[in-house]
Amino acid sequence: MGMTIAEKIVARAAGVNEVHAGEIHTVTLDRMMSNDGTTHLTIDMYHNKLNHPHIADPGKVVFIVDHNIPAENPKTAAVHKKMREFSKEHGIKMYEGKGVCHQIMVEDYVCPGELIFGADSHTCSYGALGAFGTGVGCTDFLYGMVTGESWVMVPETLRFNLHGKLREGVYPRDLILTIIGDIGANGANYKCMEFAGDGAHALSVNDRFVLCNLAVEAGAKTGIVEPDEKVAAYVEAHGRKAEHMFVSDPDAKFTKVYEYDLDKIEPVVARPDFVDDVLPLRELLAGDEVKIDEAFLGSCNNGRIDELRVAAHMLKGKKVHPDVRFIVAPASNAVYLEALKEGIIDTLLEAGAMVMNCNCSVCWGSCQGVIGENEVLISTGTRNFKGRAGHKTSKVYLASAATVTASAIAGRITGAENLD
Amino acid sequence: MSKIFKFKNDVDTDQIIASQYLLLPNIDEMKGHAFESLDESFAGAVRPGDIIVAGENFGCGSSREQAPSVLKALGVKAIIAGSFARIFYRNSINIGLPVLVCKELAENVTAGDEAELDLGEGTVTVNGKTYTCTKLPPYMQTILNAGGLIAFLNKDE
Repeated sequence: MGMTIAEKIVARAAGVNEVHAGEIHTVTLDRMMSNDGTTHLTIDMYHNKLNHPHIADPGKVVFIVDHNIPAENPKTAAVHKKMREFSKEHGIKMYEGKGVCHQIMVEDYVCPGELIFGADSHTCSYGALGAFGTGVGCTDFLYGMVTGESWVMVPETLRFNLHGKLREGVYPRDLILTIIGDIGANGANYKCMEFAGDGAHALSVNDRFVLCNLAVEAGAKTGIVEPDEKVAAYVEAHGRKAEHMFVSDPDAKFTKVYEYDLDKIEPVVARPDFVDDVLPLRELLAGDEVKIDEAFLGSCNNGRIDELRVAAHMLKGKKVHPDVRFIVAPASNAVYLEALKEGIIDTLLEAGAMVMNCNCSVCWGSCQGVIGENEVLISTGTRNFKGRAGHKTSKVYLASAATVTASAIAGRITGAENLD
Repeated sequence: MSKIFKFKNDVDTDQIIASQYLLLPNIDEMKGHAFESLDESFAGAVRPGDIIVAGENFGCGSSREQAPSVLKALGVKAIIAGSFARIFYRNSINIGLPVLVCKELAENVTAGDEAELDLGEGTVTVNGKTYTCTKLPPYMQTILNAGGLIAFLNKDE
């Protein structure tokens, strides 16, 4: 029987010829990433719980400080210090202040066909480069770090065939939110979301990142876009080799196949407090006006140069609404430098936006730009759970960079086409 | 007997333990904030041996292991839900916190009900009715029986 991309990657990592959904296999991990959200607990367990503490291969482990960087209080500073000392002692590469962990991993590490554990749920992003990335907790991470191995249950695959092209003003973020709205917050639980078809191949690596990154919001174990020459070109341009460009066999078993015509996708928003509470923007606009207090452009989902260009293009010669804080956090320093070169940062600052250093920022609700009681945020972040960005009575709407920027200008949720 | 604390569908890990507490030095400092946004009285009211009953997709969202860890630290004996989000499920087993799947329990019990839990049999009895939960795959049951993944690893070495 044929295999899916996810099955081929697990088979490679398990050192066997064939695996199928539902089987449990011991795998050798190609890479492991942990950030400042949980690494201090991993390090404590390493010191206090293991009979024989050691690290199988420090070269496969990466620590990235991105959630609360720079540290905002002494307890956070202690967490970062602990990571710094541990990484130095064990020869683990550590990044601080270079960008959001998944952006760094895609820029500097991920190769097609790899199996990667990340102590962060959005590790599923690595499917943008044809890799199997999946989120784990710190105990799983510790086990992988010590043994170099782990166990995985081979996931079933939901196949999404994408056809045609998105219309102007509609973005991959609208597409993936639409899909999550259709299948629900647990619609892909335990499964791989595989994206293929001419519409998938027409997408840039950036746009594939947007799709795969949110797969976990449908419960998925990972999301993978069928890799092609664009992936090979990206990987090679970043100094790496594309050796395992797996695609699903014609007779691979998919649990379900979905067909999406991209020209039928329209701008959408996810309403508070659930990522799958998605409705067309035009329907939201037909109802009562939704005033906003803050807008956020950034995160591992939507903080790259493509999204910053969209915002700058719309903000040229315009001002952020006086009642709105518009916070922008580029996803990495590489993105930030490119934005500087293109004059994007000038445009954002002149319009009244606040440009932050590269970190998880408003998306994770504990770094900066926290919102107060009953305040409303529109965001390109990953989640809109109750209290996600601040006070438990505050509200988060998710939308594309274009919708977020238009709303920042208008002071209420609106679409780019409604601006003067 | 275990007292039931009940939650709805799609309880995400931000509700179980909010981001702002994740970088506190240890689980003991975090545990008093468990479920703060949904039920401020939870951390003070829950007693060792109590259980959580929930609907579908319990523990969705972030991979923060702090979520099952604070519940275990508060003495929660088990979580029984219609379904679990996969990272939370795996994290719970890894730290030795039993997670059981039972579709009809949440709709048939109310908060405060007393439950008799038999982890060996995978059954729970509430108001005179016994419910059977779905069994774990053997590999995961072995990890849970060992007391979690680190105990499993230490035994292995």
